[in-house]
Amino acid sequence: MEIGLGHYLSVAGVLFAIGMAGIFLNRKNVIIILMSIELMLLAVNINLVAFSQFLGDLTGQIFAFMVLTVAAAEAAVGLAILVAFFRNRGDIAVEDANLMKN
Amino acid sequence: MIAVAAFYFFAFAAIASGLMVVASKNPVHSVLFLISAFIAASGLFVLMGAEYLAMLLVVVYVGAVAVLFLFVVMMLDVDFVEMKQGFLQYLPIGGAIAALVVVELIMVVFTWAFPSDADMRLAHPAPTAAETVADPNGPTNIEAIGLILYTDYIHYFQIAGVILLIAMIGAIILTFRTREGIKKQDPAKQVARRREEGVELVDIQSGQGLS
Repeated sequence: MEIGLGHYLSVAGVLFAIGMAGIFLNRKNVIIILMSIELMLLAVNINLVAFSQFLGDLTGQIFAFMVLTVAAAEAAVGLAILVAFFRNRGDIAVEDANLMKN
Repeated sequence: MIAVAAFYFFAFAAIASGLMVVASKNPVHSVLFLISAFIAASGLFVLMGAEYLAMLLVVVYVGAVAVLFLFVVMMLDVDFVEMKQGFLQYLPIGGAIAALVVVELIMVVFTWAFPSDADMRLAHPAPTAAETVADPNGPTNIEAIGLILYTDYIHYFQIAGVILLIAMIGAIILTFRTREGIKKQDPAKQVARRREEGVELVDIQSGQGLS
């Protein structure tokens, strides 16, 4: 039995859905939400590399490289915002993050 | 056969770790499962023949991002058990939406077909695994990427560098704070100091002492 494009895309699809469910299920915990976003970006990367490989075109791997860069930058800035928020508020509950509204 | 077994191993490891990232009670465990998911995904990348990205994933994610997460999780003093409330409350709707997305994505996957002229539209043909095996001295995956990353995609590459620089500056500025009551050296003040400010001459009468 040959492992084809569909197999890799299915794994990526399931990982993406897990990441999305993680955002729904952990609505109070920003850290888990950030990790879920990382999971979704990983799924996107698997998709890009799978298409790149099965089409035989390297452009997809360059794109995966860019996604990796942006994901790393996003994690760094997200965690910095989290730390700043924690310093101001003393906890990280997302539900209370509506200071701008009041 | 080994490739098939390895694919299923890495695929199930990635999915199980992903589930545990979302479901585990302790965020430290979540981060560790995230690392496991990334390692499994880099195994999948190796199976696909993208060795460079596989190594990059291990270095960048396991080496930097996951450690950053671990550091922040351990630094924040938060009651994480209380944060887990609402998990079961949202489980039906979240699970339903996730299942819907999985079904949709997999329906797309199995109705997808490459266009018949796909070969002609390739921007940068990659060395296939068979070619790499046939000609050990030919370009490897990392060489082929290097050849186009620094030529055709040099602007994207530099923009990626700028993005990282901006993220670094942003993270520093976001977490920077001036703290009160810290003793610091001020070289300008030290240099500008004059004799009159530092020395007091006291004329003491003999036998009286200094009160």
